[in-house]
Amino acid sequence: MSGQNLVERLSKRFGDKITGSNLEAIDPWIEVSPDGIAEVCEYLRDDAELRLNLLNCITGVDYFMADPKKAAKAGWEPHTEVVYHLSSTLNKHSLVLKVILPRWKDGVEGELPEVLSVSGVYNTANWHEREVYDLSGVRFVGHPNLRRILCPEDWVGYPLRKDYEMPLEYHGIRGR
Amino acid sequence: MATQLDDARIIEFDVRTDEMLVNMGPQHPSTHGVLRLVLRTDGEIVSEVEPHLGYLHRCAEKIGENLTPRQWIPYTDRMDYLAGMNMNLGWSLCVEKLIEHDLSEKAKHLRVIIAEMGRIASHLVGMGAYGLDLGTFSPFLYAFREREKILDLFEEACGARLTYSYLTPGGATADLPNGWLQKCSAFLDQFEPVIQEYHALLTTNAIFVKRTAAIGVMSGEMAVDYGCTGPVLRGSGVDYDLRRDGEERYTEMYDGYAFEVIVQKEGHYPKDHDYPAIPKEAVLGDCWHRFYVRMLEVVQAVDLVRQAIDRYSTASGDWGVPIKLTHKLPKGEVYLETEAPRGQMGFYLVSDGNAIPWRVRARSSCFCNLSVTSELCRGCLIADVPAIVGSLDVVMGEIDR
Amino acid sequence: MAEFFHTTCSLPTPLAYLVAAIIHCVLIIHVVAVGALIFIWLERKVSGRIQDRLGPTRVGGAFGWLQTLADGIKLIAKEDITPKDADWMLFKAAPYVGFAASYCAYIALPFSDGWVAQHMNTAVFFILAVLGIEVFSPILAGYASGSKWSLFGAMREAAQVVSYEVPLGMCVVVPCMICGTLNLVTIGNQQAGLFTNWLAFNDPFTFVVAVVYFTCATASVNRAPFDLAEAESELVAGFHTEYSGLRWSFFFMAEYGSMFLVSGLAAILFFGGWNGPIPIFQVLGWSESDGVLLYLARLGGCLNFLLKGTIGVVVMMWVRWTLPRLRIDQVMTTCLKYCVPIAAFGFLGALFWQVNELPTSNDLPGIGINRFEARESWVIEADQQRASRAAAVTPSPSDVPIGPIGSVEFDRVEALVMTGGAR
Repeated sequence: MSGQNLVERLSKRFGDKITGSNLEAIDPWIEVSPDGIAEVCEYLRDDAELRLNLLNCITGVDYFMADPKKAAKAGWEPHTEVVYHLSSTLNKHSLVLKVILPRWKDGVEGELPEVLSVSGVYNTANWHEREVYDLSGVRFVGHPNLRRILCPEDWVGYPLRKDYEMPLEYHGIRGR
Repeated sequence: MATQLDDARIIEFDVRTDEMLVNMGPQHPSTHGVLRLVLRTDGEIVSEVEPHLGYLHRCAEKIGENLTPRQWIPYTDRMDYLAGMNMNLGWSLCVEKLIEHDLSEKAKHLRVIIAEMGRIASHLVGMGAYGLDLGTFSPFLYAFREREKILDLFEEACGARLTYSYLTPGGATADLPNGWLQKCSAFLDQFEPVIQEYHALLTTNAIFVKRTAAIGVMSGEMAVDYGCTGPVLRGSGVDYDLRRDGEERYTEMYDGYAFEVIVQKEGHYPKDHDYPAIPKEAVLGDCWHRFYVRMLEVVQAVDLVRQAIDRYSTASGDWGVPIKLTHKLPKGEVYLETEAPRGQMGFYLVSDGNAIPWRVRARSSCFCNLSVTSELCRGCLIADVPAIVGSLDVVMGEIDR
Repeated sequence: MAEFFHTTCSLPTPLAYLVAAIIHCVLIIHVVAVGALIFIWLERKVSGRIQDRLGPTRVGGAFGWLQTLADGIKLIAKEDITPKDADWMLFKAAPYVGFAASYCAYIALPFSDGWVAQHMNTAVFFILAVLGIEVFSPILAGYASGSKWSLFGAMREAAQVVSYEVPLGMCVVVPCMICGTLNLVTIGNQQAGLFTNWLAFNDPFTFVVAVVYFTCATASVNRAPFDLAEAESELVAGFHTEYSGLRWSFFFMAEYGSMFLVSGLAAILFFGGWNGPIPIFQVLGWSESDGVLLYLARLGGCLNFLLKGTIGVVVMMWVRWTLPRLRIDQVMTTCLKYCVPIAAFGFLGALFWQVNELPTSNDLPGIGINRFEARESWVIEADQQRASRAAAVTPSPSDVPIGPIGSVEFDRVEALVMTGGAR
């Protein structure tokens, strides 16, 4: 199935939950709204033609530039992306989904942006979402056990955010 | 009093035994590094296993946002430190995909030789360490005896024995030295009969079969659902190997090579080498099959290296010159997975047009493979926990990054 | 020996006994301790060779002879740690319990014809009973350590060792039944002659029993593949996780002591004890002479016995470094579903063989000795008394011997045990 066909089909089925696509990129991607990702994934997994049954990876990418001069040239507004890489062990193809979120929920600093969890669709998402939560600071709504996974549970901040600053001290250990 | 006896809760309370929370790790001999498993046990029976990660977290992804791709190569070595070459390869291919750099035939064959030798070296540790998990020490040393020879070869090629940084975006840091191919074939000739020794010590050993057959059974659907890849996935009977089914950029390395994906089909594994019969106790998807797939992949890798040596010595072109240390990356984002010894190792690279990537991400195979532990270990015996975790063959360096 | 001090050195009787006891104790503690040193060194060398490496090579010359001694010095120098949560008294006592049990059992173990610290009529029983006490050591250690892993080790040890005592006891009964005695010296002497006279080759059933005995013995001293109590890859180190230094090494001394003990017991019960495969000393007539020649014959027997015991220990090492470990349920299955029935079957078979007087290797002409001539003096004496009495009184049907073993009337045996047997 060509990329254009797929986008059309998904748009037809999910309406405005498919918010965009980029088919010219090296890895073409489809943009999904935060509240639609779970049902889109479920559809992609179960559709007889697609059978995208393997969730390879979930990545959180933070777009933020602290320097206002550079930020003006960057060509994007600050935001956070969650990228889903899916593939099929049966039909041997792959697909990239993106969810674009604000950096903070409702613009309130400290309130994590929210996206629907896909851990009910793919079990592997359980740990991957925990990792994205831990490092990039995205809250996955409906996740059964959203705790930090790589950092200690009492760690402060989300290290892979571009405005992250290493704490000065952690339990008496010098940080910076 | 009769009413009391009728009360089910009281009876249950009377016969119930106490559960015990036990910490297995992070300094436990059989957790392969610094994995911590919290077991809830009732006597010898484990009712719940909760893995805790992060003891070896070294912020590799954060570091990657501050280094150029070539500078980050040594950090990939330290992910799966038992198969550093394969990690180098994964990252190199990912960067090459972004900068659309194509390699010569010779460089591709060189990469096949190195990657498959790395696979042998890695699976040897997996096999030996699995023996340790099951309480036999000797196979570990037998495995290391052979692994040392591979490391000697690697050392000759790149000067390092563990953290190679040999394959880089653009090719490799150096060509193979003179006489290396002869030494390599000599090693393969000597190594092939030794595999039978391993089969005798472990694969067909009655106690080994008893300890692994029908333990930790994972169906193919479950394996895919949990994102398990590599030998763990194929041990469950899913016919999926990125060397055949992966992206063009990766599979073209293996174009023209004769190999079959090691997976059980209709009760048989591809018969390209003598291998012991499958014991009747073994169930597809159990620890024994995962181990066995690894053993057969060693045989397969030997075969692939032989083919690669032939092709390499006749191929045209050069071995590939590494890209500049400060090569400016085009804007864009790429994701590429390779078939590393422990599963699919993916790298995701986002570039904003600078020499330093905006974001790098390593998709670790062991990370996903390990996530199935708590499901597999439910209701097993304590002795089965090392058997199951060992059969997943995890490396904590890759999980925690 | 007490008599020697009493008569020759004219010491008062209690003192003579005390001196004799001290001499025996010192001798045996050296056997156990030096034996452990040698066996630990041997284990390292054997495992090294099995694993395609050299093992220790530096300390004390070419073969690393003194490696264990160096380790011992290191262990003495280490800090003796008692965990905060431990029951300190039991924790400290546990290693000694194990070592003492292992060491005590040596009292009844003959090293050659008559070379035994305490000549007992019930030596087999004594050794099994004392070895049974050894199980307390891991249980106490595991319980007192205040560590969950140690507790697991202790529970496994309790389940395993207690279960394996059953088939072990059944196997030991077979040679005792054939020889008609619990006296190890007599059992050993009854196997004099060619190796065909050894009890393992007496009939097919005894051979099976010998194999089962060795399996159970391996399990009862916690050696791989039955080393569940200290299962390194599962329980860290099992019951001795929390121990350090010399206290920890006492567990090892006990382990190696018991290993040699059960191997030695196997040698006496099934493999001819101190009698070599070819009876050189008998052919030369040394074993019937006295003075230096008799001493040499016995020394040769002692070496024979040590060699056999060592072979048993080496086989245990060989198994340990080759096989993976069984799981707890498989260990129990091996015991209850295989070892016990096979041992019982072997016992019944051997009994059947004896009762029907089927041909045994002992009947072969010209080799070995007649087993019934090598019995304990008091039994022979009783036989003679019975014969003389039979000559005086007209034999009644009840006096007719039903077999060589049952030929002494019950009350007389009892009386003899009370008087002569108890020494």
